[in-house]
Amino acid sequence: MFDWLQHFADWLIYSVLNIGAETHLGTALNFFVYDTLKILILLFLIVFLMGIVNAYFPIERLKNYLNRKKLYGLEYLFASIFGAITPFCSCSSVPLFIGFVQGGIPLGVTFAFLITSPLVNEVAIAMFIGMFGIKATLIYAGSGILLGTIGGWLLGKFNLEPMLSDWVKKILESKMQQGEYEEEKMTFGERLPGISRGAWDIVKGVVLYVIIGIAIGAFMHGYVPDNFFGQYLGGGQWWTVPFAVILAVPMYTNAAGIVPVIQVFVAKGVPLGTAIAFMMATVGLSIPEATLLKKVMSIKLISIYFGVVTLFIILSGFLFNIIL
Amino acid sequence: MTEIKVLGPGCPKCKTTYSNVLEALKKTNMEANVEKVEDIEEMMKYNVLTTPVLMINGEIKVKGRIAQVSEIVDLLKK
Repeated sequence: MFDWLQHFADWLIYSVLNIGAETHLGTALNFFVYDTLKILILLFLIVFLMGIVNAYFPIERLKNYLNRKKLYGLEYLFASIFGAITPFCSCSSVPLFIGFVQGGIPLGVTFAFLITSPLVNEVAIAMFIGMFGIKATLIYAGSGILLGTIGGWLLGKFNLEPMLSDWVKKILESKMQQGEYEEEKMTFGERLPGISRGAWDIVKGVVLYVIIGIAIGAFMHGYVPDNFFGQYLGGGQWWTVPFAVILAVPMYTNAAGIVPVIQVFVAKGVPLGTAIAFMMATVGLSIPEATLLKKVMSIKLISIYFGVVTLFIILSGFLFNIIL
Repeated sequence: MTEIKVLGPGCPKCKTTYSNVLEALKKTNMEANVEKVEDIEEMMKYNVLTTPVLMINGEIKVKGRIAQVSEIVDLLKK
């Protein structure tokens, strides 16, 4: 699919700029040009596709569906899948949370949605396809959805309602209202400019991080010896997974730039499971989100929520390192 | 006078919507009371699930996405 890009990168670096293919600089530059273009194309395509899904996704109807139907435990899985499909904007998570709880959806199901929503998002997916291929991406998305399902189910088992903020509890006590929502009536043609504009805005917002990430990655590709990290971080030491997860939490804003660097870590010997755990913690556990959630939950509840997610991310990291 | 409200807890998308509203007003030479609602408690009174939300005269016009300038101009002319 991207052969033509490789030809272009070869031509640009080896012929136009006349830098030898056998030099460190040549391979590093070639890698940089190829990866940057590939990732940016993928990013735009996937963000654009998700924009179309988002424009037509009946979030209000979904809310009513999850509430009305008896789903025999499957509601956790559904909520988690829906969390993966809906593009994430950190600012929507709190209104969604309240809307769900207000609509009578159990707290655990709401958490399933809340966990997966940032974990499996369009930027992460595009970066993963570009750097690790389809198979690793499916593993990432699948385990993210599973993690949300199990995490939500487990959180639902605890009695967490008393730990919500007072005003949220008041909403719960007052009559559960099933909101009436009018739907927007616009044709696909009318929506398209807005969707592509939105996709462009998202890509523009991360492009700098992507370029920096790929530049660091390209540099490391050229200069770090093979299996360098394998010797230090890959050799099956159990603590590397939790270490990677804790390291990842403050890196939220740079998620797009981190994948190219992780890719080099993997190429030089770090196991994929550790890398996936790192990625999940980067996007799934963010301090900005925690501060937003403080409005609706007590610190204790946020800690429980983050604690459960952290635990499951670490466990899935271990699991992948065993089975992959 | 037209009442415009932009609902959103202050993420980039909400800020873009807000500045788009100001630009649309400039283009149409209209005046309006533009209010930014950032408090979540306040926001929930309008029964919204996804942000940003654009309200004109108490009616939800756009939700869950950025309202483009041209779109707001059209809405204002109605």
